[in-house]
Amino acid sequence: MYRIRFTDHLILILGALFLCMPVVVAFMTSTHTAADIHSNGLSLAWGDNFIATYEKVLTQKGGFTGDITGARMVMNSLILGIGFAVGKIVLSMLAAYAIVYFRFPMATLSFWVIFTTLLLPLEVRIMPSYQVMSDLGMLNTYSGLIVPLLASATGTFYFRQFFKSVPEELLEAARIDGAGPFKFFIDILVPISRTMIAAIFIIMFVYGWNQYLWPMMMTTDESFFTLMRGIKSILQVWVGSNIPDYNEAFALAILAMLPPVAIVVIFQSWFIKGLTESDK
Amino acid sequence: MAAIDISSVGKIYNGGVRAVSDINLDIKDGEFIVLVGPSGCGKSTLLRMVAGLEAISEGTVKIGDRVVNEVEPADRDIAMVFQNYALYPHMTVRQNLEYGLKNRKTPREEIDARVNEAARMLEITQYLDRKPRALSGGQRQRVAMGRAIVRKPAAFLFDEPLSNLDAKLRVSMRGEIKRLQRRLGTTSIYVTHDQLEAMTLADRLVVLNGGQIEQVGSPLDVYHTPASTFVAGFIGSPAMNLVKAELQGDKLAIGPSLISLNGYAPTSGAVTVGLRAEDLRTTSASDGMPFTVEYVEELGSQRLAHGLVGDQALTIALSGEAEITDRMQLTIDPSKLHFFDAGTGKRLEARALAKAAPTLAEPVA
Repeated sequence: MYRIRFTDHLILILGALFLCMPVVVAFMTSTHTAADIHSNGLSLAWGDNFIATYEKVLTQKGGFTGDITGARMVMNSLILGIGFAVGKIVLSMLAAYAIVYFRFPMATLSFWVIFTTLLLPLEVRIMPSYQVMSDLGMLNTYSGLIVPLLASATGTFYFRQFFKSVPEELLEAARIDGAGPFKFFIDILVPISRTMIAAIFIIMFVYGWNQYLWPMMMTTDESFFTLMRGIKSILQVWVGSNIPDYNEAFALAILAMLPPVAIVVIFQSWFIKGLTESDK
Repeated sequence: MAAIDISSVGKIYNGGVRAVSDINLDIKDGEFIVLVGPSGCGKSTLLRMVAGLEAISEGTVKIGDRVVNEVEPADRDIAMVFQNYALYPHMTVRQNLEYGLKNRKTPREEIDARVNEAARMLEITQYLDRKPRALSGGQRQRVAMGRAIVRKPAAFLFDEPLSNLDAKLRVSMRGEIKRLQRRLGTTSIYVTHDQLEAMTLADRLVVLNGGQIEQVGSPLDVYHTPASTFVAGFIGSPAMNLVKAELQGDKLAIGPSLISLNGYAPTSGAVTVGLRAEDLRTTSASDGMPFTVEYVEELGSQRLAHGLVGDQALTIALSGEAEITDRMQLTIDPSKLHFFDAGTGKRLEARALAKAAPTLAEPVA
């Protein structure tokens, strides 16, 4: 039998430190004052400016127009992240359901067409997408931010693979039990996809949360700014004074990290199950 | 409760593969029919056509007085038990049992009454609030049967329900299914590839081969008068010995030995002869069939000796105490011989038996 040795722990500890240290440094540094950071550089020790920095970041109005706070940006990011995740899950589940359980002409072709769009990242189609949204008058709206990115080949593909692994007899038993297509989907398929839904939710939430380019194109109104844009603009705006507000930039970066981390921590057991387990 | 009438039913899959052809079967109300045959013989396809899970390409299926060819599975008034149980994994046992009734808008009190009754009958009352994954294989199978029972359907359809259970559990569940079916009196069709299961459960056996019916009859009929070499080789354990032989007048030549038939010869010339392992006896006389033993299987109550007569393989069943030597002389009562056409494999009636035996390959009325 393999005995766990000290070196095994050492490797793990080093790995963990390697991944965690930058975050710790960023957090610790954010608790110092900007002047302190400017003169002493990054810091690993606890500063005494924690409350002041975070209060300022969350509540002080900033931006060019001066009507956007950190809290507002957190909310915008959440709307984007959750809207993305939920919308993508609903759409891709329905698409996968149609592809797997219904026989219609060119079903396989449809799937491959959807699948091929995986090869086209957002950046490739960003101009036409922008044009469409602009023509529809959806610039500077939440729906304009969310809807164009909802169709998800990744999600559809994951759900298709999952549905294919569901035993055929389950569908047959449900048919004999008198469940129609809609009932089967709601009563049987959605509940047994729970873990898969959780996994996709995490992936898609983080994806939405981290969007930078699309929100930047779509919104000019600062009240729609997300955290990702905010971090940048804080530095740009406040750099004008004698010392850049490093502490606030760090604080905002930490804030931007918290929700995805929280979601992963909360859903992690389901997440791992969804991606690995096939208990049906 | 209803009779099921299957007439000239066939199944052709997309692409022209023919899985089942021209099946005629009259199933009486309350009868337990077992469809048995090797893998790919079309037995499951036939069952699934009755269930409505496969479209019927040819012929008609009637449940009661109603042709159900175009009726949805849910509206055929049948319940099915699957090999892998097909329980809904996210529902408790109670919810599993209720689901079909709820979809039919059965009143709440009625649902509770039926579920409780079925649970009591199957002794799963204490598991009603568990999820299926917390149950053992046998318990899951009971739940699957419970799901069928609560519906009070016209017919139960079983698709190899015991194949996923271990041997011991299979025997006890077999008994339970039989008892339950007797008690409820529900028409049942049961698919299996296990001939022992088929023999013990069936009121009538339907032996299928290559999508066609080889023989229909009570288990003992099928056992004692198999209609073809296929049935003879499939039903019974150990399988019936089938050897090439030649009829010379009233004598049967198997390899080097001649057996006197006392007037049982049905024809003359080359035939296939079937000999049940348990009908063969050892003898001390020197005019028997010389049998060379190759190896012995000990079953406790029986000893199975495998060996050769001439150059043809043969198995004999002897009692547990019987002595086995390397070379033995075998004899058999001529009335216990089964004759089959050497070409077609169809049964040839021995003359003396021809009068007494019922017509075969017809449903026993």
